[in-house]
Amino acid sequence: MLGRLTLAAIPLDQPIPLIAAALVGLVLLAVMAWIVFAGHLPYLWREWITSVDHKRVGIMYTLLALVMLLRGFSDAILMRSQQALAYQAPGYLPPEHYDQIFSAHGTLMIFFVAMPFMIGLMNFVLPLQLGVRDVAFPTLNSVSFWLTATGALLVNISLVVGEFARTGWLPYPPLSETAYSPGVGVDYYLWSLQISGVGTLMSGINLVTTILKMRAPGMTYLRMPMFCWTALASNLLIVAAFPILTATLAMLILDRYLGFHFFTNEAGGNVMMFNNLIWAWGHPEVYILILPAFGIFSEVISTFSEKPLFGYRSMVMATMAICLLAFMVWLHHFFTMGAGGDVNAVFGVATMIIAVPTGVKVFNWLFTMYGGRIRLDTPMLWAIGFVVTFTIGGMTGVMLAIPPADFVLHNSLFLVAHFHNVIIGGVLFGGFAGYTFWFPKAFGFRLHEGWGKAAFWCWIVGFYVAFMPLYLLGLMGMTRRMQHYDDPTWHPWLIVAAVGAAIILAGIICQVVQLFVSIRQRASLRDETGDPWNGRSLEWSTASPPPAFNFAVLPEVHGEEPYWGIKQRAHEQQHLDNTPDYEPIDMPRNSPTGFVCAFFATLVGFALIWYMWWLAIVGLLGAYATFVVFAWRNRVEDVIPAETVARIDQANRRARARALETLEVAS
Amino acid sequence: MSSASTFAAPESNGQKSRSGGDPYQLGRDAGRDDGSTGRGSGGPAPKRIVVGYGFWIFILSDIIMFAAFFAAFAVLKDATAGGPSGMQLFDRRNVGVETVCLLLSSYTCGMASLAMLRKNQLWFHVAMLATAVLGAMFLGLEFKEFADLVSRGAGPSRSAFLSAFFTLVGCHGLHVTCGLLWLLTMMAQVFAKGFRDDILRRTMCFTLFWHALDIVWVGVFTVVYLMGVTT
Repeated sequence: MLGRLTLAAIPLDQPIPLIAAALVGLVLLAVMAWIVFAGHLPYLWREWITSVDHKRVGIMYTLLALVMLLRGFSDAILMRSQQALAYQAPGYLPPEHYDQIFSAHGTLMIFFVAMPFMIGLMNFVLPLQLGVRDVAFPTLNSVSFWLTATGALLVNISLVVGEFARTGWLPYPPLSETAYSPGVGVDYYLWSLQISGVGTLMSGINLVTTILKMRAPGMTYLRMPMFCWTALASNLLIVAAFPILTATLAMLILDRYLGFHFFTNEAGGNVMMFNNLIWAWGHPEVYILILPAFGIFSEVISTFSEKPLFGYRSMVMATMAICLLAFMVWLHHFFTMGAGGDVNAVFGVATMIIAVPTGVKVFNWLFTMYGGRIRLDTPMLWAIGFVVTFTIGGMTGVMLAIPPADFVLHNSLFLVAHFHNVIIGGVLFGGFAGYTFWFPKAFGFRLHEGWGKAAFWCWIVGFYVAFMPLYLLGLMGMTRRMQHYDDPTWHPWLIVAAVGAAIILAGIICQVVQLFVSIRQRASLRDETGDPWNGRSLEWSTASPPPAFNFAVLPEVHGEEPYWGIKQRAHEQQHLDNTPDYEPIDMPRNSPTGFVCAFFATLVGFALIWYMWWLAIVGLLGAYATFVVFAWRNRVEDVIPAETVARIDQANRRARARALETLEVAS
Repeated sequence: MSSASTFAAPESNGQKSRSGGDPYQLGRDAGRDDGSTGRGSGGPAPKRIVVGYGFWIFILSDIIMFAAFFAAFAVLKDATAGGPSGMQLFDRRNVGVETVCLLLSSYTCGMASLAMLRKNQLWFHVAMLATAVLGAMFLGLEFKEFADLVSRGAGPSRSAFLSAFFTLVGCHGLHVTCGLLWLLTMMAQVFAKGFRDDILRRTMCFTLFWHALDIVWVGVFTVVYLMGVTT
């Protein structure tokens, strides 16, 4: 009935995960109780859980990412403090627990922080920038989000029921095979990633279709904002790379569940095939993460320099070049496989070539700032911090691309420092820049600047203090994932790194405080105009927060930076464009399909992890039934009458007319 | 797709017309008369185009997943671990009949979409049913082959080669199974709701899916069965 699940699965002998989980559970219970007793549940269900609005879905994705960032970062604190203490000592984390922590840290940070952060921002911003009303497949979008949430939930369930993988964030066989990992840890990893991977793939298909087929009249490819281009590249990579991950994990699942021999040591299995397949997905994955961040920085740097982006077309070329080259370098993740000098040289050179389009981008950002009227608001601080930090990370990446150097440095803390340098300095800073930049668009009020700046300085200082020592330690020969060590020269640097993690913690606390302070002071931080940063693309032409239909009338695009053009014209002609003719708007109806489907997916995942076959069948049937019910409904759209559209848009136009007056006074 | 109005002169907004490169206005909304050209200038595409396009992208991603299984098969083809090889195992007659069933089912599936375009319930159901029967025959033959192999001690856990074989062919079979479920659901839906616009779009996606499975099968037939028995 319960398969392998018994009471012994709950780790009563390990106080740390239990106490942590109990705390999280208490907080969750308290939040839920507050929601229910304050009567917010119907609102939450109607407006958020069942919402198919791309803005709501995007916000929920981002929220998931931020919550999981807290979880993933607590793992980081545990690791840093363990290594600071474990000099000639066992520390406080036993090896089997420590191994789970670094595996969970990597898995969470990549799949449930970086991915939903980027996908959330793309979801929120893309239709607004493209000047359309929603993504191509709104309900599918909601399904994607809830499946991602299912994956995150399963990883977190592993904290209290069973265990998580001890294999690192990529479960290399044969360690991940049943012979060496007989527990449920790897199964938790596999099923949570399979389920959330389906969500990511559908999200990629959705956004590619949106960008290629749903743009405002006049929005040709070369008039799209840079963020749309990088999002296109990123989503093309999702569509092309995530199926490989699905297939690879399916092979490992078959090995573990049905005794297949893809990656085993016996019966002809090929261990290195796993490495090739997983990195054929894994290398494009790093560009899936960084490309949207490049787009965010392009938007931020251009807006806060009050200049068009320098070298727009070269930026497009560079983006698409990276998109293509992403598939040609996977082998640099295992130069030591023994492929031989020629193969390693080809992949080493290919890797270095990627530095060229990336360099083009860095220079374009610098030239955008050159001669601009730079405003140092928080998003711009993140952007400048990124340019410096990411360049350092990129250069250590080129060092690792030299096969002989890689033979010495691979699997060391030098590598760990390198990828944190590009992922924190690139993806995460990009996410924070986008979060600060588009927050007023999403909620109608800005985030508090002072706390935002404090958070930025803590993060960037903390980052350098935490990770520069890891470069040194790597050069001194310290390998990654060590639970304890006895080299006295390493100890001081690991203490410094722990201090760095503490400074980053201060940054995270600043961000939490910033959110609370901003909500409390939202009246004074209110964005009346919908254009708080003097923006250049179409998302700033609508109200903050935008109405459900985004644009009362689809904007006509006549050139690059369409909203900048509209503002210029309004300023020259001293009045806004004439009032348009409003028409009724069809919007897709909300649907609980995504949520219900994810509920069944959770059942299926949990059942398969614990070998409860009947429950897996029940879950699959439930998911199928959900789709049939969805397909059977008769009304798929709600009509917003023209009067309502007119009323909502008039308010926006009045705010903009006032803004135009103040603009004239100022100029 | 084209109508006289789509060839109207471009608006005088300084944007040069690009209609020269797209004389048939492919993918354009025929009802528009704003004269702008290219998808980007014409505003969002009609829903039928968007749905079909999105589903094509899904099919491409699905083919990439198959590509990974093909790659694994190519790597492990000779890893028989002392067990039987493809030459000793495959029954080409059985596979030939399977292939004929599947290719014929693609033909009847095409007939179904023609009947759908003519809104002919009777022929639609007849053609879809024929597709389902042929698909089920294909699955039955595949199941027979698998059961036969397992009974001869050549199951998927015998060797890496057989693991890759069962996974690649089985993955295709799983797709056909899901396709059958989808097919029956679409029949029920057309029966219950008629040829509504959204049902037409879904059925179009189904036919794309079914034909794509045919294409993948051609690859499986070639790489697994033909190339597998030559060496």
